[in-house]
Formats: sequence, C-alpha cells, structure tokens
Amino acid sequence: MSTLPLISCRGLKKIYPLSGVEVHALRGVDLDIERGEMVAIMGPSGSGKSTLMNIIGCMDLQTQGSYYFDGVNTSDLDARELAALRNKKLGFVFQRYNLLPRASALYNVEIPLFYSGMYGEEVKNRALAALSRFGIDELADNLPNQLSGGQQQRVAIARAVVNDPLVVLADEPTGALDTTNSLEVMNILQKMHIEQGVTIIIITHEPEIAGFCPRKLIMRDGKIISNEISSSDVRSKEV
Amino acid sequence: MSVRFRVLSSFSIDALKANKMRSFLTMLGVIIGVAAVILMMSIGQGAQQQVLSRINSLGSNLLTVMPGAAGQFVRSGNVNTLTLKDAQAIAKLTGVARVAPTVRGNTLATCGNKTWTTEISGTTQEIADISSLEVELGRFFSETDVAGISSVAVIGQTVYENLFDAGVDPVGSEIRLSGISFKVIGLLKSLGASSGGPDRDDTIYIPVTTAQIRLLGKTDQSVNQIQVQVQDLNQMGTVQDEITSLLRKRHRLSDQADDDFNIRNITQLQTAAQNVTGILTLFLAGVAMISLIVGGIGIMNIMLVSVTERTREIGLRMAVGANKQDILNQFLYEAILLSLTGSFFGIVFGIAGSKIFSHFAKWSTAISIQAVVLSVAFALIVGVFFGYYPARRASRLNPAEALSFE
Ligand SMILES: Nc1ncnc2c1ncn2[C@@H]1O[C@H](COP(=O)(O)OP(=O)(O)OP(=O)(O)O)[C@@H](O)[C@H]1O
Ligand SMILES: [Mg+2]
Repeated sequence: MSTLPLISCRGLKKIYPLSGVEVHALRGVDLDIERGEMVAIMGPSGSGKSTLMNIIGCMDLQTQGSYYFDGVNTSDLDARELAALRNKKLGFVFQRYNLLPRASALYNVEIPLFYSGMYGEEVKNRALAALSRFGIDELADNLPNQLSGGQQQRVAIARAVVNDPLVVLADEPTGALDTTNSLEVMNILQKMHIEQGVTIIIITHEPEIAGFCPRKLIMRDGKIISNEISSSDVRSKEV
Repeated sequence: MSVRFRVLSSFSIDALKANKMRSFLTMLGVIIGVAAVILMMSIGQGAQQQVLSRINSLGSNLLTVMPGAAGQFVRSGNVNTLTLKDAQAIAKLTGVARVAPTVRGNTLATCGNKTWTTEISGTTQEIADISSLEVELGRFFSETDVAGISSVAVIGQTVYENLFDAGVDPVGSEIRLSGISFKVIGLLKSLGASSGGPDRDDTIYIPVTTAQIRLLGKTDQSVNQIQVQVQDLNQMGTVQDEITSLLRKRHRLSDQADDDFNIRNITQLQTAAQNVTGILTLFLAGVAMISLIVGGIGIMNIMLVSVTERTREIGLRMAVGANKQDILNQFLYEAILLSLTGSFFGIVFGIAGSKIFSHFAKWSTAISIQAVVLSVAFALIVGVFFGYYPARRASRLNPAEALSFE
C-alpha cells in the first residue's frame, strides 16, 4: 500500500448525461501525484480540469476507471466515509471563495472543525490560529462582504487548511484577484508546500501562477497531453 | 452523537439568526396561521357554550308538546291536533307541576296614534312561572281572567317603548289589537337582549281563551304548543310517556297510527344546538386551517427563493465534511425551531386576539387545549414539510453539483 503514490488515477472517464447528449468531460486520465508535490493543471476552457479536480477531491464520482487516494480505492468508500475524507485529508479553495455570506470570517473557518466533532474553545482557538497564519486574525469578526477579494480568499485558504489536510485543491484560486493579491495567495500556498510539505494542486490559466509549481500538467479534450517537471529551483522563487 | 446534535442544532440557530428577515417571514406564516386557528376555534366554542348555557337557563324540566308528527315541519296553524282540553287533561297527570297552552299570532297594536306590529301570545297564568316572566308594573293576568275571557293584556318592554312615551305608566291604558280593545294590566321586566334570537320583549301576553275566541277566531280550541313543567327531573321520561299515551287515547289513534303530536325536551334542544354550533366551530377551524396552509405555502416560497443560496451552502458544507445526514438534520432542526417559535407567538397572539374579541364584541370566547394542540401539530407538519423539502432535494446532489448550482 505504501508503495502507491498519494493520488493515483487509472483510466478515469467522466460522462455527463446532458439532456440526451453525453458530454465526455474526461476521456481516460492516468495520473500519479506523490506526497508533497505542487502541481499546476492548465488547459483550455472545457478541457476537463475542474472535473478531474472534483474527482480527486472526492466531490464527484468518475464514470469509469479507478482512483486511489492515500492507498484506498475511493470506489470502496460510502458517502459518509467520503465526507470524512474531505473533512480530514482534503482542503478546497475555490475561485469564488464560497464563504457563507452571513457568517463571520471566524465562523466560516470553524465549520470544518465542527464536522470533525470538535466543539468549544478548541474550535475557536484553532480557527483563530489558522486566520493568524495568513495575517487576518484581526478580521475574524468581519462578514465576507466586509472583506476584500484577497482577504476573502485568505479566509477560504484558512478554512481549507484548518484541519491540516494532506492535499489542498485550488480551482483557479486567483481567477478573481488582481496581480498583487494573486501573488500573495500563491506565496501562501507555496509556503505551505515548502514548510509543511502539504501536497498542492492548482488549476490556473495564467502561466505566472503555474510558474510557482514545479510540475505542470496540460489538459485538452479530457486528457492530459503534457506532464512536465521543471528543475527544483522554482521552489525558492520569491516575489 | 449528542455532540453532533449540539453542533448541528447550533448551526440551525446560527442560520436563523444570520438571516433574520427570512426567519421572520417564514415564522409569520406560522404565527398568523396558529393565531387564526386558536382565535376562530375560541369564537366557535364560545358560541357553543353561550348557546348551551342559554338553553339551560330555560329550565331543563320542561317538556314542549307540539302538534304534528315528529320530524314533520309544522307551520303554526296548519296542524290543529292539540287543544285546550288536551292541556287541561295533561295538567291532571301526576308529576306535572304546571301546564301552559299557547296560541300565537301576529297583530297590529295601536295606542292613541302609535302603531306597532308585534307577536301575540295567548296563554295561561302558568306561563309566568314556566318562562320566568316578572312584572315591573301592574300584575300578570290570573286564572279568573282566563276563565272569564277577559280582554286584558300584559306587554313586554319593546312593545311598551313603541306604543307609549317614555315614563308613562301603561297600566290601565286602552290598546287595540287588530281593532279589538284591550286593557293593559301589566308591564313585564326586560328579559334581556338575546344575541341572534328573536326579541323576547316584543310580545303581548293575553289569556288563551280571549286569543282563541276574540282575536284569532280559533273555534276548534286548537293551540300551537303546550309547555309542561315536570315536578322532578328524574320523572321526565315517565311523564313524557304518560303524556304520549294520554294524548293517543284522547286523539283516538289506533295502535298502528303515528303520533299526531310530538314532545320535545330540553336535552334534544341541547343536542341540536351542540350539533349546530359544533359545525360552526368546525367551519371556523376549517377557514383558519386554510390560512395555516397559506402560511405554509409562504414558508415554501421563501425557502424556495433562498434555495440557490442554500444549495451552494449545502455544497460547501458537504465539501468541508458534512454528510447527507448532517445536512438533513440541520435543516430539520431549523424547520422545527421555526415552526415551534412561530407556534409559540401564534398561541400568544391567538389568545390575546380572542380576549380582545370577547371584550369588544361582547361575545364570550373559550380557548381549548384541542385548538392549541391541533394548530401546533399542523404548523409543525406544514413547517417541517415545506422547510425540509428543499434541503432534502439539495442533500441528494453530490458536493460538486450542489456547489455549482445556479
Ligand atoms: N455538471 C455538468 N453537467 C454537464 N456537463 C458538464 C458538467 N460539468 C462540466 N460539464 C462539461 O464537461 C466539460 C469539462 O468541464 P470542466 O468544468 O471540467 O472544464 P474546465 O477545464 O474546468 O473549464 P474551465 O477552464 O472553463 O473551468 C465541459 O464541456 C463542460 O461543459
Ligand atoms: Mg473549471
């Protein structure tokens, strides 16, 4: 089991039955990602990047093929076990942040902890610690609409990592941000990758963002058409 | 488990607090619905109690003998099977305290230049006791007046007000009933307004003999009803049977023939009134139920309007680790909390409304436990159904679908 990579996909296919017409979003994807890698997924719109990431994140099920996460075949898990996996080992960052609009920053970060069965002071302390890691603990009581885009995305990242996941999955995390904030977010993710060895997978359209990642995948028409691993000096890149 | 319950119910409370407007609007439907049910049913049951107590005040030891077979709809004067002699015979039965035969008719009463159309009640002096009539001025007519076919009249308050100037003593005055001259010998005390029913003060009492012979020309001595007061409540049944066999014998009915009269007692009247007011209560409750359903539809509207937002929230919660059951429980608690809080305020407003109504409408209301239980149960069903349904739908999506829900 330990010989398997953290993420291991074989022959993944995803077909959406869209009003009679079948949409083949993935047409056979083989992919291995080791612990501690930082990977960028690029490719044109509609090439299946988000679809692949949703399957990797156990948010959706493949139509065909196998997916092993941390040595476990995800097809063997029921919905409850998949939920626990998302809670403990996976963290998501979305382009549109997806914060609960009427809840404070702190509350948003606390949510995954509640679903882990934690309660009381521990929840608050851990959430505050996560916020302060990204320098936004002073904004803990603000509602999302009282935060800038960059601040909201940092709250979302704090929520993604509050449970110390093995993998952080980010679907166009900088897609809605300006350059300064984009670089800031990437620095945060890179720091996590270098300092804690968290595995990070980022979907992006921007080459500069992909430049933060030692490994780049390019997708087209539901397949990975390029898989390039650059020299390790990218890790020390600073802005 | 209990930790999870605590956490999920705190999510529900947080969600309700976070969206106060939506919570309030959702609750409003329940509040109005529950308050309406409680108010309507309290009015209906108040009416029921009022009617029954009024019937009881008529005296429960009374039997009323009417002409015509039971169940037959009798227009007064059409069936002439009961006579004054029947009444006299009934009076001789043991167990009978008082008997008052009555003939009724309408008449135009004149006094000086004033006229008034009113009801004539031709009866005997016994009616004063049976119907609890009290004289304010003068006296009631006597047995002698009845035997002597005297042209004397005892008038009710409404008649007095319409035929005499205020303050004038009517006793000794002359009035004309259908052109025939009568002497007023007494004025009755008011029997009080009866809401809905006929005005019991709008009557002129005269001796039954005078009414039959002089006024209504009833040569057959027929009467419209005979009221019988029984000495002992326990003898009601026996006396009723005795009257039946007496009248059958007097009317020479063969064994196969149906009674040509019928005897009603207050219990029957009570049952009838209870049925009628029960239907009224049910009707009012039905109307109120509709408002509860409309409130429920309001809840569903608000829930459906917010379903996009809530579906994304559900997707997000599932993405960070909630399973289906967590989602369903959270929304279920939320719906129950909304319904129960709404019900609580509904009960408060319903009771307050019923008190205010009875104060201003002078109509006593009665709040029943059934109304409270019924409306709360109904609100709970409606609230949970409409509040929970969108969540159930959303929880069936996988997290990716729920998150991309537009
Ligand atoms: N829920 C869905 N139902 C039907 N078709 C879908 C669904 N989700 C995605 N698709 C289709 O699957 C294909 C791949 O979509 P996907 O979202 O994975 O692309 P993407 O590479 O992430 O694109 P983008 O860069 O625009 O985000 C597209 O053709 C899309 O229309
Ligand atoms: Mg995408």
